[in-house]
Amino acid sequence: MLAPAGGPSPGPGPVIPRFGGGSSCVVHNGQFCASWFVDNFGSRFAPRLVEHIELTAIAVGVGMVIALAAALIAHRQGWFETPFSLLSAFLYTIPSLAFFELMVQVTGINRFTAEIALVSYTLLILFRNTLAGLRAVPPDALEAAQAMGLSRRQMLLRVELPLALPPIMAGLRIATVTTISLATVAAYIGAGGLGEPIFDGIQTGFKTEFIAAGGLAIALALAADGLLVAAQRLLTPWARRRRA
Amino acid sequence: MRTLLDSFTFFGQHPGLMRDKTLAHLAISFASIGVALAVAVPLGVCLGHLHRGSFLAINVSNVFRALPSLAMISIGIGVLGIGFANVLVALVVLAAPVMLTNAYVAVEQVDRNAVEAARAAGMRAWQVLSRVELPLAAPLIFAGIRTGTVYVVATATLATFAGGGGLGDVIVNEPTYGVPGVIAGSLAITALAFAIDGLLALAQRAATPRPLRRQTRFSRTAATVTEPTTDRLVIQQS
Repeated sequence: MLAPAGGPSPGPGPVIPRFGGGSSCVVHNGQFCASWFVDNFGSRFAPRLVEHIELTAIAVGVGMVIALAAALIAHRQGWFETPFSLLSAFLYTIPSLAFFELMVQVTGINRFTAEIALVSYTLLILFRNTLAGLRAVPPDALEAAQAMGLSRRQMLLRVELPLALPPIMAGLRIATVTTISLATVAAYIGAGGLGEPIFDGIQTGFKTEFIAAGGLAIALALAADGLLVAAQRLLTPWARRRRA
Repeated sequence: MRTLLDSFTFFGQHPGLMRDKTLAHLAISFASIGVALAVAVPLGVCLGHLHRGSFLAINVSNVFRALPSLAMISIGIGVLGIGFANVLVALVVLAAPVMLTNAYVAVEQVDRNAVEAARAAGMRAWQVLSRVELPLAAPLIFAGIRTGTVYVVATATLATFAGGGGLGDVIVNEPTYGVPGVIAGSLAITALAFAIDGLLALAQRAATPRPLRRQTRFSRTAATVTEPTTDRLVIQQS
Protein backbone atom coordinates (compact mmCIF):
# COMPACT_ATOMS: atom_id res chain seq x y z
CA MET A 1 0.00 0.00 0.00
CA LEU A 2 1.04 3.54 -0.52
CA ALA A 3 2.11 5.83 2.24
CA PRO A 4 -0.02 8.97 2.19
CA ALA A 5 1.98 11.80 0.67
CA GLY A 6 1.99 14.66 3.11
CA GLY A 7 -1.71 14.79 3.79
CA PRO A 8 -3.42 17.72 5.41
CA SER A 9 -1.40 17.52 8.64
CA PRO A 10 0.14 20.95 9.26
CA GLY A 11 3.23 19.64 11.02
CA PRO A 12 6.41 18.50 9.35
CA GLY A 13 5.61 15.98 6.62
CA PRO A 14 6.21 12.27 6.82
CA VAL A 15 9.38 11.24 8.59
CA ILE A 16 11.99 10.62 5.95
CA PRO A 17 15.09 9.50 7.77
CA ARG A 18 16.96 8.65 4.61
CA PHE A 19 16.63 12.16 3.29
CA GLY A 20 16.74 13.98 6.60
CA GLY A 21 19.45 16.16 7.97
CA GLY A 22 19.03 18.55 5.07
CA SER A 23 17.58 21.96 4.55
CA SER A 24 14.26 23.01 6.04
CA CYS A 25 12.69 22.39 2.63
CA VAL A 26 13.59 18.71 2.85
CA VAL A 27 12.57 18.45 6.49
CA HIS A 28 9.17 19.99 5.73
CA ASN A 29 8.83 17.98 2.51
CA GLY A 30 8.41 21.03 0.29
CA GLN A 31 7.01 20.82 -3.23
CA PHE A 32 10.40 20.83 -4.91
CA CYS A 33 13.69 21.27 -3.07
CA ALA A 34 16.01 22.45 -5.82
CA SER A 35 19.16 22.27 -3.74
CA TRP A 36 18.44 18.67 -2.71
CA PHE A 37 17.85 17.81 -6.36
CA VAL A 38 21.12 19.39 -7.43
CA ASP A 39 23.05 17.69 -4.59
CA ASN A 40 21.54 14.28 -5.38
CA PHE A 41 21.39 14.48 -9.14
CA GLY A 42 24.69 12.70 -9.69
CA SER A 43 24.04 9.89 -7.24
CA ARG A 44 20.28 9.36 -7.49
CA PHE A 45 19.03 10.59 -10.84
CA ALA A 46 21.82 10.49 -13.42
CA PRO A 47 22.30 6.70 -13.23
CA ARG A 48 18.54 6.17 -13.51
CA LEU A 49 18.39 8.53 -16.48
CA VAL A 50 21.15 6.55 -18.21
CA GLU A 51 19.32 3.30 -17.46
CA HIS A 52 16.15 4.76 -18.91
CA ILE A 53 17.92 5.73 -22.12
CA GLU A 54 19.45 2.24 -22.32
CA LEU A 55 16.09 0.53 -21.76
CA THR A 56 14.53 2.66 -24.49
CA ALA A 57 17.40 2.35 -26.98
CA ILE A 58 17.56 -1.44 -26.66
CA ALA A 59 13.78 -1.82 -27.00
CA VAL A 60 13.49 0.46 -30.01
CA GLY A 61 16.64 -0.99 -31.62
CA VAL A 62 15.57 -4.61 -31.26
CA GLY A 63 12.01 -3.67 -32.23
CA MET A 64 13.25 -1.91 -35.37
CA VAL A 65 15.32 -4.93 -36.46
CA ILE A 66 12.37 -7.30 -36.00
CA ALA A 67 9.91 -4.91 -37.61
CA LEU A 68 12.19 -4.22 -40.56
CA ALA A 69 12.70 -7.93 -41.19
CA ALA A 70 8.96 -8.56 -40.90
CA ALA A 71 8.15 -5.63 -43.19
CA LEU A 72 10.61 -6.84 -45.82
CA ILE A 73 9.06 -10.30 -45.69
CA ALA A 74 5.56 -8.84 -45.92
CA HIS A 75 6.64 -6.60 -48.79
CA ARG A 76 7.76 -9.63 -50.83
CA GLN A 77 5.18 -12.13 -49.50
CA GLY A 78 1.87 -10.34 -49.12
CA TRP A 79 0.23 -13.02 -46.98
CA PHE A 80 2.62 -12.30 -44.10
CA GLU A 81 1.14 -8.87 -43.39
CA THR A 82 -2.13 -9.93 -41.78
CA PRO A 83 -0.81 -12.45 -39.23
CA PHE A 84 2.05 -10.19 -38.14
CA SER A 85 -0.27 -7.16 -37.91
CA LEU A 86 -2.76 -9.10 -35.83
CA LEU A 87 -0.05 -10.42 -33.50
CA SER A 88 1.55 -7.02 -32.97
CA ALA A 89 -1.87 -5.37 -32.56
CA PHE A 90 -2.73 -7.96 -29.93
CA LEU A 91 0.49 -7.28 -28.01
CA TYR A 92 -0.04 -3.53 -28.30
CA THR A 93 -3.50 -3.65 -26.70
CA ILE A 94 -2.35 -5.41 -23.50
CA PRO A 95 -2.10 -2.85 -20.67
CA SER A 96 1.52 -2.30 -19.69
CA LEU A 97 1.42 -3.09 -15.96
CA ALA A 98 -0.53 -6.28 -16.68
CA PHE A 99 1.90 -7.27 -19.43
CA PHE A 100 4.86 -6.72 -17.11
CA GLU A 101 3.28 -8.68 -14.27
CA LEU A 102 2.28 -11.56 -16.53
CA MET A 103 5.79 -11.75 -18.05
CA VAL A 104 7.30 -11.75 -14.55
CA GLN A 105 5.62 -15.11 -13.95
CA VAL A 106 7.51 -16.50 -16.95
CA THR A 107 10.91 -14.80 -16.97
CA GLY A 108 11.20 -13.36 -13.46
CA ILE A 109 11.78 -9.88 -12.05
CA ASN A 110 14.55 -8.40 -14.17
CA ARG A 111 15.43 -6.14 -17.06
CA PHE A 112 15.09 -8.88 -19.65
CA THR A 113 11.41 -9.27 -18.79
CA ALA A 114 10.89 -5.55 -19.15
CA GLU A 115 12.64 -5.51 -22.52
CA ILE A 116 10.42 -8.30 -23.86
CA ALA A 117 7.34 -6.24 -23.10
CA LEU A 118 8.87 -2.97 -24.32
CA VAL A 119 10.00 -4.53 -27.62
CA SER A 120 6.52 -6.01 -28.09
CA TYR A 121 4.97 -2.56 -27.84
CA THR A 122 7.21 -1.08 -30.55
CA LEU A 123 6.45 -3.73 -33.19
CA LEU A 124 3.06 -2.58 -34.38
CA ILE A 125 3.98 1.01 -35.16
CA LEU A 126 7.39 0.22 -36.62
CA PHE A 127 6.07 -2.63 -38.77
CA ARG A 128 3.15 -0.69 -40.19
CA ASN A 129 5.17 2.41 -40.92
CA THR A 130 8.06 0.52 -42.51
CA LEU A 131 5.72 -1.49 -44.70
CA ALA A 132 3.76 1.62 -45.67
CA GLY A 133 7.06 3.29 -46.59
CA LEU A 134 8.26 0.39 -48.71
CA ARG A 135 4.93 0.21 -50.52
CA ALA A 136 4.90 3.93 -51.24
CA VAL A 137 8.16 3.80 -53.21
CA PRO A 138 7.23 5.02 -56.71
CA PRO A 139 7.38 2.25 -59.35
CA ASP A 140 9.22 4.65 -61.66
CA ALA A 141 12.13 4.83 -59.25
CA LEU A 142 12.28 1.05 -59.09
CA GLU A 143 12.18 0.71 -62.86
CA ALA A 144 14.91 3.30 -63.28
CA ALA A 145 17.04 1.46 -60.73
CA GLN A 146 16.46 -1.80 -62.54
CA ALA A 147 17.34 -0.24 -65.88
CA MET A 148 20.60 1.03 -64.37
CA GLY A 149 21.46 -2.57 -63.59
CA LEU A 150 21.19 -2.45 -59.79
CA SER A 151 20.96 -5.80 -58.07
CA ARG A 152 18.09 -6.62 -55.76
CA ARG A 153 20.17 -5.82 -52.68
CA GLN A 154 21.43 -2.54 -54.15
CA MET A 155 17.88 -1.55 -54.99
CA LEU A 156 16.84 -2.20 -51.43
CA LEU A 157 19.71 -0.33 -49.82
CA ARG A 158 20.06 2.53 -52.27
CA VAL A 159 16.53 3.13 -53.53
CA GLU A 160 13.78 1.51 -51.48
CA LEU A 161 14.96 2.10 -47.91
CA PRO A 162 16.06 5.72 -48.45
CA LEU A 163 12.73 6.52 -50.10
CA ALA A 164 10.86 4.78 -47.29
CA LEU A 165 12.71 6.79 -44.64
CA PRO A 166 10.11 9.49 -43.83
CA PRO A 167 7.43 7.08 -42.58
CA ILE A 168 10.08 4.87 -40.93
CA MET A 169 11.41 7.89 -39.03
CA ALA A 170 7.87 8.92 -38.11
CA GLY A 171 7.31 5.42 -36.73
CA LEU A 172 10.59 5.51 -34.81
CA ARG A 173 9.47 8.78 -33.26
CA ILE A 174 6.15 7.41 -31.99
CA ALA A 175 7.78 4.17 -30.87
CA THR A 176 10.50 6.02 -28.95
CA VAL A 177 8.22 8.33 -26.97
CA THR A 178 5.86 5.44 -26.27
CA THR A 179 8.76 3.34 -24.99
CA ILE A 180 10.06 6.14 -22.79
CA SER A 181 6.60 6.37 -21.25
CA LEU A 182 6.21 2.62 -20.72
CA ALA A 183 9.76 2.24 -19.43
CA THR A 184 8.84 4.35 -16.38
CA VAL A 185 6.30 1.66 -15.48
CA ALA A 186 8.93 -1.05 -16.05
CA ALA A 187 10.71 0.07 -12.87
CA TYR A 188 7.88 -1.66 -11.04
CA ILE A 189 9.36 -5.01 -12.04
CA GLY A 190 12.92 -4.06 -11.23
CA ALA A 191 14.04 -2.79 -14.61
CA GLY A 192 15.53 0.41 -13.20
CA GLY A 193 15.19 3.69 -15.02
CA LEU A 194 13.44 6.88 -13.95
CA GLY A 195 10.40 4.98 -12.74
CA GLU A 196 12.48 3.82 -9.79
CA PRO A 197 12.78 7.21 -8.07
CA ILE A 198 9.14 7.86 -9.02
CA PHE A 199 7.91 4.74 -7.22
CA ASP A 200 10.40 5.23 -4.41
CA GLY A 201 9.33 8.82 -3.89
CA ILE A 202 5.62 7.97 -3.99
CA GLN A 203 6.20 5.25 -1.42
CA THR A 204 8.14 7.43 1.00
CA GLY A 205 6.02 10.48 0.25
CA PHE A 206 9.07 12.64 -0.44
CA LYS A 207 7.75 15.04 -3.06
CA THR A 208 11.00 16.35 -4.49
CA GLU A 209 12.08 12.86 -5.48
CA PHE A 210 9.03 11.86 -7.52
CA ILE A 211 8.43 15.29 -8.96
CA ALA A 212 12.05 15.53 -10.12
CA ALA A 213 12.01 12.03 -11.59
CA GLY A 214 8.69 12.68 -13.34
CA GLY A 215 10.05 15.95 -14.70
CA LEU A 216 13.17 14.21 -15.96
CA ALA A 217 11.06 11.55 -17.71
CA ILE A 218 8.99 14.24 -19.41
CA ALA A 219 12.12 16.16 -20.39
CA LEU A 220 13.64 12.98 -21.81
CA ALA A 221 10.52 12.23 -23.88
CA LEU A 222 10.38 15.76 -25.27
CA ALA A 223 14.12 15.82 -25.99
CA ALA A 224 13.96 12.46 -27.78
CA ASP A 225 10.96 13.63 -29.78
CA GLY A 226 12.74 16.83 -30.78
CA LEU A 227 15.97 15.02 -31.69
CA LEU A 228 14.10 12.55 -33.87
CA VAL A 229 12.29 15.35 -35.68
CA ALA A 230 15.66 16.98 -36.35
CA ALA A 231 17.14 13.67 -37.51
CA GLN A 232 14.17 13.12 -39.76
CA ARG A 233 14.68 16.50 -41.42
CA LEU A 234 18.40 15.94 -41.85
CA LEU A 235 17.98 12.48 -43.33
CA THR A 236 15.16 13.33 -45.70
CA PRO A 237 15.80 16.81 -47.08
CA TRP A 238 13.71 16.04 -50.18
CA ALA A 239 10.55 15.60 -48.12
CA ARG A 240 10.94 19.10 -46.76
CA ARG A 241 11.57 20.63 -50.15
CA ARG A 242 8.59 18.93 -51.70
CA ARG A 243 6.34 20.39 -49.06
CA ALA A 244 7.65 23.91 -49.53
CA MET B 1 0.07 -23.63 -15.05
CA ARG B 2 -0.79 -24.11 -11.40
CA THR B 3 -0.62 -20.36 -10.78
CA LEU B 4 -2.83 -19.72 -13.78
CA LEU B 5 -5.49 -22.07 -12.38
CA ASP B 6 -5.15 -20.41 -8.97
CA SER B 7 -5.73 -17.05 -10.59
CA PHE B 8 -8.96 -18.31 -12.14
CA THR B 9 -10.18 -19.58 -8.80
CA PHE B 10 -9.25 -16.12 -7.45
CA PHE B 11 -12.07 -14.66 -9.55
CA GLY B 12 -14.47 -17.13 -7.97
CA GLN B 13 -13.25 -16.43 -4.46
CA HIS B 14 -13.34 -12.64 -4.74
CA PRO B 15 -16.28 -11.81 -7.02
CA GLY B 16 -17.18 -8.69 -5.03
CA LEU B 17 -13.65 -7.32 -5.06
CA MET B 18 -13.19 -7.86 -8.79
CA ARG B 19 -16.58 -6.33 -9.56
CA ASP B 20 -15.96 -3.25 -7.41
CA LYS B 21 -12.46 -2.69 -8.78
CA THR B 22 -13.68 -3.11 -12.35
CA LEU B 23 -16.48 -0.61 -11.79
CA ALA B 24 -14.07 1.88 -10.20
CA HIS B 25 -11.75 1.33 -13.15
CA LEU B 26 -14.52 2.03 -15.63
CA ALA B 27 -15.68 5.08 -13.68
CA ILE B 28 -12.29 6.81 -13.77
CA SER B 29 -11.81 5.74 -17.42
CA PHE B 30 -15.15 7.03 -18.62
CA ALA B 31 -14.82 10.29 -16.73
CA SER B 32 -11.48 10.92 -18.43
CA ILE B 33 -12.72 9.84 -21.85
CA GLY B 34 -15.77 12.08 -21.45
CA VAL B 35 -13.67 15.14 -20.71
CA ALA B 36 -11.20 14.36 -23.52
CA LEU B 37 -14.06 13.80 -25.99
CA ALA B 38 -15.84 16.99 -25.03
CA VAL B 39 -12.68 19.06 -25.48
CA ALA B 40 -10.81 17.40 -28.32
CA VAL B 41 -13.37 16.26 -30.87
CA PRO B 42 -15.36 19.50 -31.27
CA LEU B 43 -12.11 21.47 -31.39
CA GLY B 44 -10.62 19.15 -34.02
CA VAL B 45 -13.80 19.19 -36.12
CA CYS B 46 -14.00 23.01 -35.98
CA LEU B 47 -10.36 23.51 -36.92
CA GLY B 48 -10.65 20.93 -39.69
CA HIS B 49 -13.78 22.59 -41.05
CA LEU B 50 -12.04 25.96 -41.10
CA HIS B 51 -8.81 24.43 -42.49
CA ARG B 52 -6.94 26.28 -39.78
CA GLY B 53 -4.81 25.56 -36.75
CA SER B 54 -2.84 22.61 -38.09
CA PHE B 55 -0.01 23.62 -35.78
CA LEU B 56 -2.24 23.20 -32.73
CA ALA B 57 -4.03 20.11 -33.98
CA ILE B 58 -0.90 18.25 -35.08
CA ASN B 59 2.31 19.71 -33.65
CA VAL B 60 1.12 20.78 -30.20
CA SER B 61 -0.89 17.60 -29.99
CA ASN B 62 2.23 15.55 -30.74
CA VAL B 63 4.08 17.21 -27.87
CA PHE B 64 1.29 16.27 -25.47
CA ARG B 65 1.27 12.77 -26.83
CA ALA B 66 4.94 12.41 -25.86
CA LEU B 67 4.28 13.01 -22.13
CA PRO B 68 4.77 9.81 -20.10
CA SER B 69 1.62 9.02 -18.10
CA LEU B 70 3.35 7.82 -14.96
CA ALA B 71 5.46 10.97 -14.91
CA MET B 72 2.31 13.07 -15.29
CA ILE B 73 0.70 11.19 -12.41
CA SER B 74 3.76 11.55 -10.19
CA ILE B 75 3.99 15.29 -10.76
CA GLY B 76 0.23 15.45 -10.28
CA ILE B 77 0.61 13.91 -6.83
CA GLY B 78 2.81 16.84 -5.88
CA VAL B 79 0.59 19.49 -7.44
CA LEU B 80 -2.96 18.13 -7.13
CA GLY B 81 -2.43 15.55 -4.40
CA ILE B 82 -3.51 11.93 -4.22
CA GLY B 83 -6.78 10.99 -5.85
CA PHE B 84 -9.25 11.28 -8.67
CA ALA B 85 -8.40 14.73 -10.07
CA ASN B 86 -4.76 13.88 -10.55
CA VAL B 87 -5.49 10.70 -12.47
CA LEU B 88 -8.17 12.46 -14.48
CA VAL B 89 -5.71 15.09 -15.71
CA ALA B 90 -3.11 12.49 -16.69
CA LEU B 91 -5.64 10.38 -18.57
CA VAL B 92 -7.19 13.36 -20.37
CA VAL B 93 -3.70 14.40 -21.50
CA LEU B 94 -3.23 10.85 -22.74
CA ALA B 95 -6.47 10.58 -24.71
CA ALA B 96 -7.11 14.09 -26.01
CA PRO B 97 -4.18 14.44 -28.46
CA VAL B 98 -5.01 11.42 -30.60
CA MET B 99 -8.72 12.37 -30.62
CA LEU B 100 -7.90 15.96 -31.58
CA THR B 101 -5.45 15.10 -34.34
CA ASN B 102 -7.70 12.47 -35.85
CA ALA B 103 -10.79 14.69 -35.78
CA TYR B 104 -8.84 17.53 -37.36
CA VAL B 105 -7.28 15.46 -40.13
CA ALA B 106 -10.53 13.60 -40.77
CA VAL B 107 -12.50 16.76 -41.49
CA GLU B 108 -9.62 18.61 -43.09
CA GLN B 109 -9.01 15.83 -45.62
CA VAL B 110 -12.60 15.55 -46.80
CA ASP B 111 -12.67 15.78 -50.59
CA ARG B 112 -12.84 19.47 -51.51
CA ASN B 113 -14.95 18.65 -54.55
CA ALA B 114 -17.61 17.13 -52.32
CA VAL B 115 -17.63 20.22 -50.13
CA GLU B 116 -17.82 22.55 -53.12
CA ALA B 117 -20.60 20.51 -54.68
CA ALA B 118 -22.52 20.76 -51.43
CA ARG B 119 -22.04 24.52 -51.36
CA ALA B 120 -23.09 24.80 -54.99
CA ALA B 121 -26.23 22.85 -54.12
CA GLY B 122 -27.03 25.67 -51.69
CA MET B 123 -26.07 24.12 -48.36
CA ARG B 124 -25.14 26.42 -45.51
CA ALA B 125 -21.86 26.03 -43.63
CA TRP B 126 -23.37 23.93 -40.85
CA GLN B 127 -25.23 21.80 -43.35
CA VAL B 128 -22.00 21.15 -45.22
CA LEU B 129 -20.43 20.18 -41.90
CA SER B 130 -23.23 17.97 -40.64
CA ARG B 131 -24.31 16.34 -43.92
CA VAL B 132 -21.10 16.10 -45.93
CA GLU B 133 -17.96 16.57 -43.88
CA LEU B 134 -18.94 14.72 -40.70
CA PRO B 135 -20.30 11.57 -42.39
CA LEU B 136 -17.22 11.34 -44.60
CA ALA B 137 -14.91 12.01 -41.66
CA ALA B 138 -16.71 9.68 -39.25
CA PRO B 139 -14.52 6.58 -39.66
CA LEU B 140 -11.31 8.49 -38.95
CA ILE B 141 -12.82 10.48 -36.07
CA PHE B 142 -14.02 7.24 -34.55
CA ALA B 143 -10.62 5.62 -35.03
CA GLY B 144 -9.15 8.39 -32.87
CA ILE B 145 -11.81 7.99 -30.21
CA ARG B 146 -11.22 4.26 -30.18
CA THR B 147 -7.45 4.54 -29.83
CA GLY B 148 -7.76 7.15 -27.10
CA THR B 149 -10.31 5.08 -25.21
CA VAL B 150 -8.20 1.93 -25.28
CA TYR B 151 -5.17 3.96 -24.12
CA VAL B 152 -7.19 5.30 -21.19
CA VAL B 153 -8.67 1.98 -20.10
CA ALA B 154 -5.20 0.41 -20.24
CA THR B 155 -3.42 3.26 -18.50
CA ALA B 156 -6.05 3.75 -15.79
CA THR B 157 -4.26 0.78 -14.22
CA LEU B 158 -1.61 3.28 -13.10
CA ALA B 159 -4.27 5.21 -11.17
CA THR B 160 -3.54 2.95 -8.22
CA PHE B 161 -0.20 4.69 -7.65
CA ALA B 162 -2.07 7.93 -7.02
CA GLY B 163 -4.84 6.37 -4.95
CA GLY B 164 -7.26 6.55 -7.88
CA GLY B 165 -8.50 2.99 -7.43
CA GLY B 166 -9.38 0.56 -10.19
CA LEU B 167 -8.00 -2.83 -11.13
CA GLY B 168 -4.45 -1.61 -10.61
CA ASP B 169 -5.16 -1.88 -6.87
CA VAL B 170 -5.32 -5.66 -7.22
CA ILE B 171 -2.28 -5.92 -9.49
CA VAL B 172 0.06 -3.98 -7.19
CA ASN B 173 -1.12 -5.52 -3.93
CA GLU B 174 0.67 -8.83 -3.92
CA PRO B 175 1.03 -8.88 -0.10
CA THR B 176 -2.77 -9.06 0.24
CA TYR B 177 -3.91 -10.96 -2.82
CA GLY B 178 -0.86 -13.08 -3.61
CA VAL B 179 0.48 -14.04 -7.03
CA PRO B 180 -2.89 -15.46 -8.18
CA GLY B 181 -4.47 -12.09 -7.39
CA VAL B 182 -1.80 -10.24 -9.36
CA ILE B 183 -2.34 -12.51 -12.36
CA ALA B 184 -6.12 -12.35 -12.03
CA GLY B 185 -5.96 -8.55 -11.96
CA SER B 186 -3.67 -8.51 -14.99
CA LEU B 187 -5.95 -10.87 -16.91
CA ALA B 188 -9.02 -8.84 -15.95
CA ILE B 189 -7.56 -5.54 -17.14
CA THR B 190 -6.31 -7.16 -20.36
CA ALA B 191 -9.74 -8.66 -21.02
CA LEU B 192 -11.33 -5.29 -20.31
CA ALA B 193 -9.06 -3.51 -22.80
CA PHE B 194 -9.89 -6.04 -25.51
CA ALA B 195 -13.62 -5.94 -24.74
CA ILE B 196 -13.75 -2.14 -24.95
CA ASP B 197 -11.74 -2.25 -28.16
CA GLY B 198 -14.11 -4.79 -29.68
CA LEU B 199 -17.20 -2.81 -28.69
CA LEU B 200 -15.75 0.35 -30.18
CA ALA B 201 -14.90 -1.52 -33.37
CA LEU B 202 -18.60 -2.29 -33.70
CA ALA B 203 -19.53 1.30 -32.90
CA GLN B 204 -17.00 2.52 -35.44
CA ARG B 205 -18.57 0.33 -38.09
CA ALA B 206 -22.01 1.59 -37.20
CA ALA B 207 -20.81 5.19 -37.45
CA THR B 208 -19.36 4.61 -40.90
CA PRO B 209 -21.72 5.47 -43.75
CA ARG B 210 -22.69 2.33 -45.65
CA PRO B 211 -20.83 3.08 -48.90
CA LEU B 212 -17.58 3.59 -47.02
CA ARG B 213 -17.84 0.34 -45.11
CA ARG B 214 -16.28 -1.99 -47.61
CA GLN B 215 -12.87 -0.40 -47.13
CA THR B 216 -12.79 -1.12 -43.42
CA ARG B 217 -14.01 -4.68 -43.60
CA PHE B 218 -10.66 -6.19 -42.79
CA SER B 219 -9.97 -4.04 -39.77
CA ARG B 220 -10.65 -6.36 -36.90
CA THR B 221 -8.55 -4.97 -34.10
CA ALA B 222 -8.09 -1.46 -32.83
CA ALA B 223 -4.65 -1.05 -34.06
CA THR B 224 -5.24 -2.26 -37.56
CA VAL B 225 -7.74 0.50 -38.09
CA THR B 226 -6.29 3.19 -35.98
CA GLU B 227 -2.62 2.90 -36.61
CA PRO B 228 -2.75 3.68 -40.31
CA THR B 229 -4.44 6.81 -39.11
CA THR B 230 -1.68 7.71 -36.72
CA ASP B 231 0.83 6.83 -39.40
CA ARG B 232 -0.79 9.10 -41.86
CA LEU B 233 -0.92 11.92 -39.35
CA VAL B 234 2.68 11.75 -38.48
CA ILE B 235 3.80 11.14 -42.02
CA GLN B 236 1.77 14.07 -43.10
CA GLN B 237 3.50 16.52 -40.83
CA SER B 238 6.98 15.22 -41.53
